[in-house]
Amino acid sequence: MSTVTLNAHAPTGPIADRWDEHRFSVKLVNPNNRRKFTVLVVGTGLAGAAAAASLAQLGYQVKVFTFHDSPRRAHSIAAQGGINAAKNYKNDGDSIHRLFYDTIKGGDFRARESNVYRLAQVSVNIIDQCVAQGVPFAREYGGLLDNRSFGGAQVSRTFYARGQTGQQLLLGAYQALMQQVGLGRVEMHTKTEMLDVVTKDGQACGIVVRDLATGEITSFNGHAVLLCTGGYSNAFYLSTNAMNCNATAAWRAHKRGAAFANPCYTQIHPTCIPANDEFQSKLTLMSESLRNDGRIWVPKSPDDTRPPHQIPEDERDYYLERIYPSFGNLAPRDVSSRAAKRMVDAGHGIGPLQNGVYLDFADAIGRLGEQVVKERYGNLFDMYQRITDENPYQVPMRIYPAPHYTMGGLWVDYNLQTTVPGLYALGEANFSDHGANRLGASALMQGLADGYFVIPTTISDGLAPLLGSPPVPLDDPVFAQTEQEVRDDISRWLSVGGTRSVDHYHRELGKIVWDYCGMGRNRTGLEKALSEIPALRAEFETNVRVTGRADEVNQNLEKVQRVADFFELGELMCRDALHREESCGGHFREEYQTDEGEAQRNDEDFCYVGAWEWKGPDTPQALHREPLEFEYVQLTQRSYK
Amino acid sequence: MKLTLKIWRQEGPRAEGRFESYEVPNVNEEMSFLEMLDGLNERLVEDGQEPITFDSDCREGICGTCGITIDGKPHGPWPGAATCQLHMRAFSDGDVITLEPWRAAGFPVMKDLMVDRTAFDTIVEAGGYISVDTGAAPDANEIPVPKPVADAAMDAAACIGCGACVAACPNSAAQLFTSAKLAHLNLLPQGQAERFRRTEDMVETMETFFGSCTNYGFCQEACPKEIPIDFIALMNRDYLKAKLKNRKLAGRQG
Repeated sequence: MSTVTLNAHAPTGPIADRWDEHRFSVKLVNPNNRRKFTVLVVGTGLAGAAAAASLAQLGYQVKVFTFHDSPRRAHSIAAQGGINAAKNYKNDGDSIHRLFYDTIKGGDFRARESNVYRLAQVSVNIIDQCVAQGVPFAREYGGLLDNRSFGGAQVSRTFYARGQTGQQLLLGAYQALMQQVGLGRVEMHTKTEMLDVVTKDGQACGIVVRDLATGEITSFNGHAVLLCTGGYSNAFYLSTNAMNCNATAAWRAHKRGAAFANPCYTQIHPTCIPANDEFQSKLTLMSESLRNDGRIWVPKSPDDTRPPHQIPEDERDYYLERIYPSFGNLAPRDVSSRAAKRMVDAGHGIGPLQNGVYLDFADAIGRLGEQVVKERYGNLFDMYQRITDENPYQVPMRIYPAPHYTMGGLWVDYNLQTTVPGLYALGEANFSDHGANRLGASALMQGLADGYFVIPTTISDGLAPLLGSPPVPLDDPVFAQTEQEVRDDISRWLSVGGTRSVDHYHRELGKIVWDYCGMGRNRTGLEKALSEIPALRAEFETNVRVTGRADEVNQNLEKVQRVADFFELGELMCRDALHREESCGGHFREEYQTDEGEAQRNDEDFCYVGAWEWKGPDTPQALHREPLEFEYVQLTQRSYK
Repeated sequence: MKLTLKIWRQEGPRAEGRFESYEVPNVNEEMSFLEMLDGLNERLVEDGQEPITFDSDCREGICGTCGITIDGKPHGPWPGAATCQLHMRAFSDGDVITLEPWRAAGFPVMKDLMVDRTAFDTIVEAGGYISVDTGAAPDANEIPVPKPVADAAMDAAACIGCGACVAACPNSAAQLFTSAKLAHLNLLPQGQAERFRRTEDMVETMETFFGSCTNYGFCQEACPKEIPIDFIALMNRDYLKAKLKNRKLAGRQG
């Protein structure tokens, strides 16, 4: 029996009026009644901190959970380049409709029109809000805000704070959140990891958490649970995500009934520092903003091992400028990444392992002077030099694509509610707005849109009917039962007593997922992955070694549970990639490409959101389809030429 | 290269700590310092021993999670870098390296090299914000901010809240952290309304956890973001003004 129905509750009518109409139609909770509702917010990145602060300001009782030692450490902090908004401060033809169009096209026509239009609409409010909070965005000499360009757009609509835009936006949201903590409207639980969602009669009623300092397992109850827990790029092991980023909250929710949508839509970011060796623990992103001034090239002849400055101009292939003259180095991420892969695969790779392409600033330094380049990108250049011991002012950077962001995630409706009533997903944790490929500077926009503007409006629609009913009490058996399942799981991991570390298995899993479900995918590879992952998982479950106890700080215990979830999720990524017999955005099936090697969609058969329903540990998930309809954007072959 | 690590091991907040020595062979100079520790931990786990607990997350020097005192220096020998940005080419074959947690009463040790920095959040909670409820903001270009002001605010806002300043200070003072947040907000036009009240509240909260500043300047040296102690002077000036003139409620500049 299926419990999942995908009703997007997406409004109809003229697209520009839909969000307004929807705001008018949602049920409201009167300000005096809001304190009767408890909302649990899991995760304190842009989406979580913004949502928690905004809901507390409205008067709801908010409890916040993060596994970090401080809410300010969430991985949103590492976003470098910027945040898009349709302000048209540059008078270069931007508009809400253009941001909407660019985002839909950038996502290769695999996102919901209503959601994306709303995102473009509230983008302008986000900038206002952040500036008022004191986010020190870059300014021009007249004191007004500066903008730069990002991939997939021909306008300058990206606001930025040096190379630390995510940090500054997150600190803004964090500070707003801490103010509410000080006012007693938010209860903050740091070093607290969510390990399960509790449901009663199909409705989310709380969560089970582990105190990472003491190991204590407890439950919290509430009228609504918001998962703002980020993406799952660490399924690849090596990614630009922070070490502790994980999919556990989202995955446990999936196993409690929340459909997981488009898991194969993963973003491989074109500009990262190439991997070095076995011991590498993660990859480092070099902001897309660098492509404003940096030029990407490889030697024209394969296996050219001369140092870059000895390769004359006419023996270089500035391949993005050559293939995509109108967008050039600012072609979107999926397109640029695949082009880099094609170059490296064809033997044009550079660097000691021949696994990169050049990102060259010589022209920019010649044109603008070193000082200007330093002002724009100084901290990124320093970061690069520290890691590689090479000076990018003198030698071109070496870059290569790396897993960075996941467009897939928990399926949500227009209200951001998952298929489990009372359970919501915000930010990267949901699947909603980026389709099959996210444009640069749009993740910060979406996280903050969901947190500051969407959920504070839509949550009342779910809460209003619950007025007068207290949350399910903690002594209800559903809590004890879920807690027991979590405890059993922990004891099981501690008692395996195998021989290999958790990291070993994570690395091995990552290799499989990267090789067969990375930048290029095909049927044979995916089928291979689908037989290798379960085999490796069986070994992991019987041969992993977790030392220490459950009732203390135990980082390996934290990790083993996250990796266990990556195993199941990695499998679903491959299954989703196998079923989607087309190429779109970040999902590139080698069997489905144009003569020029670009992604070839199949709108006839695959113009839908693929949402998977958990059917138990021994049965494959079942696929549900939410058809995508386009009224305002014409489906075309995406072109950046 | 081959290294000897002397690492502080402490089972829990109330346990006695001690140094233990570990031999680490086959260290590659391309490794980051934390990757070297990852390798040691994998070996310990596979030998059935307790791995070393240390905090780290982004490994790009921006989240502020990591922090190890390496040979007496918070974040180790490289200036302007967090522990996670340190690479093994900073060391040579045969080196003996000492690893300790942040040493400060305001940051109690939780386990091994992991400390509790909740006090920083409490300082921010006391006033490290500009009160503007979501939705109430005017247009972003309504208030121009001169570029030098925005740049100075950004210099201060670059703080990652890692706590190295406190760990480096012989008094365990948190003036650099607190003043960086105050300077970020107090320099901007948006931050003027709450400027003096913010300064008083944050400084007084800081003093309940941390020692006093006696101008050693070690904080500035240890800071991975190279935040200058000039901001401490700015904080002291605002604090004095707030106290002398009771400017708490005035909400005006100057």
